[in-house]
Amino acid sequence: MASAVAAPGHQDRYAGLKRHEVILLFVLIAAIAVLAFRSEQFLTTGNLLNQGRLLVEVGLMALPMTFIIITGGIDLSVGSIMGLCAILLGVFWQKLGLPLGAAIALAILMGALAGFVNGWFITRVGVPPLIMTLATLALYRGLAEGISQARSVRGYPDWFFGLGQGELWGVPTQIWLLLFFFVISAIVLTYTTFGRSLYAIGNNEVAARFSGIPVDRIKIAIYTMSGLMAGLAAWVFVSRVSTTRSDMGTGLELDVITAVVLGGTSIFGGTGTILGTALGVVLIQLLKNGLALSGVKGDGTIVVIGVILILSILLSDLLRRQRGAEH
Amino acid sequence: MAATMALPARSSAGSRLRRFVFSQEGILLIAIVVLFVAVGAYNQRFLSANNLSTIFLGNAYIAVAAIGMSMVIVSGNIDVSVGSLIGVLATISGTIAVSGLPLWLAWTLPILAGMAISAVSGWLVAYLRVPSIVVTLGMLSILKGGLISVTEGAWINNLPEGYHLAQLRPLGVPMAVWFMIVLTALAAFWMRYSGFGRSIYAVGGNAEAARLAGIDRARTVFIVFVIHGFFAGVAAILFATQLSVIQSTVPPNLELTVITASVVGGVSILGGTGTVIGSTLAAILIAAIGSSLVFINVSPYWLRAVQGLLILLTVLADLARRRKRARHR
Repeated sequence: MASAVAAPGHQDRYAGLKRHEVILLFVLIAAIAVLAFRSEQFLTTGNLLNQGRLLVEVGLMALPMTFIIITGGIDLSVGSIMGLCAILLGVFWQKLGLPLGAAIALAILMGALAGFVNGWFITRVGVPPLIMTLATLALYRGLAEGISQARSVRGYPDWFFGLGQGELWGVPTQIWLLLFFFVISAIVLTYTTFGRSLYAIGNNEVAARFSGIPVDRIKIAIYTMSGLMAGLAAWVFVSRVSTTRSDMGTGLELDVITAVVLGGTSIFGGTGTILGTALGVVLIQLLKNGLALSGVKGDGTIVVIGVILILSILLSDLLRRQRGAEH
Repeated sequence: MAATMALPARSSAGSRLRRFVFSQEGILLIAIVVLFVAVGAYNQRFLSANNLSTIFLGNAYIAVAAIGMSMVIVSGNIDVSVGSLIGVLATISGTIAVSGLPLWLAWTLPILAGMAISAVSGWLVAYLRVPSIVVTLGMLSILKGGLISVTEGAWINNLPEGYHLAQLRPLGVPMAVWFMIVLTALAAFWMRYSGFGRSIYAVGGNAEAARLAGIDRARTVFIVFVIHGFFAGVAAILFATQLSVIQSTVPPNLELTVITASVVGGVSILGGTGTVIGSTLAAILIAAIGSSLVFINVSPYWLRAVQGLLILLTVLADLARRRKRARHR
């Protein structure tokens, strides 16, 4: 199915991608204009920087999610991995008495391990990604709840909050972290053999295999990356909110997947860019913020995210069909 | 291919028994008996009438929801929004009940609403070909966010007398359990012997073969979602009427429990196989495991981890079985 959908040739694909990102950019500008018009607080440097602070966790996880969805896979467990890593960070530090730096590093490594387990079962055992990560969505969240017994960890030293609450050169610290990984991911996806292989796998996995692309190793790598970034997001998150709780990141997979799909990555695999994902992440956060400022309560905003997710898929499907009709 | 496998061949009583014991339903039944005997031996209070009633009455709605979920999964799709849907429908039912309208409306309108909402998802999946995981992920947040922003988390109290359908006890058995048994039996019979029931297996097992056999894939998937909405509606009524207050929030992770029941019940997540008897047995097993944790002094906070492990093990067993079968061919 995926291969049939992504049938258009090489050049058309790039034309289409550019178009999607241009559209997205216009939508973004329009949204900013409307929101600025509706609320005076919206278009202030303070508010925008603060919104930047809030989108970092979703942004970090959306980067490897873009890789995964390009290959035609999905990772529903990222929110749970983030929760598990947050708990482990606190437990390693407070219960096991590790130095905080070591606890952070170990928690992020455990995130990578959780992602590796996903990738290993998906490639070596042949469990479909949707099912594997649905099972670990429950399993990893369950481990977080079981290990923490629903007790929170707090009382971190002051330096720990530098990442989540501090600033560097006038910009929230974690935004630099996100920008760094954003640039790396974009370069990897566009200019490396590894990145190009992801498109090949998404377009036609069998053909990719016969072309000598190490499909299984690449897949394990991207699911491991997804876990690693979820661990990193957990560090940023705990540092931002000052405590560790086992329900952290619940439902966050929805935001991450919505951002990626809104950014133009086809859920059937084969197409997508990091720039599109970045625009998707920003657009969702600004919409949330704008709605909140115009009086919509927190839960109302997730309705909008759900609608955007479905509409953006329908729209990209429609555009693809039109493009197919032109040729 | 998969569709024919679900039908046992005619054979002697002995080999039939052997086949049952090694079927998913047989394994589950044995697991349930072993669990009840073992935990009961460790702590007799586990087998008290009170606790058994809590297990069955409190979880029958999950088994009912798992019937519809099983059909959706057999057809090769999934619905992760069912927990939010049940939360919304339970609130609709409670709101109707306290508004003074006749009680039978509070018991029937939510079912129609469930079918209508699920029809929207089904339409997007079947006719617009949006993957079911995306549609229902979106639907999850629409229903969950919508419910909380409309009700603002207020509870529904002062439910009228006679509203609590699930608590009635004809012949001494809670009504919710009757619903679970009767609906499971009807659905199992219908899925196995009706033409449409077979076509669900065909669509999930081998879409191309189903098409060649003249089965309308889109129509089948759409109807499956509508039926799934019906079962979600019944589940919501049972959920709402077993409690003295209705919390206007979505029960956390209910969709995972329902999906776990279907998958552990032997409904292959790859589509095409599985029965609703299995999913009902699995719902009972999961509820019993959850209840037993307390009696064997394990913190209930481990329950979700156990659920995740159960899904994983069942899926691995399913894959292994498929591979073995493929090798025998």
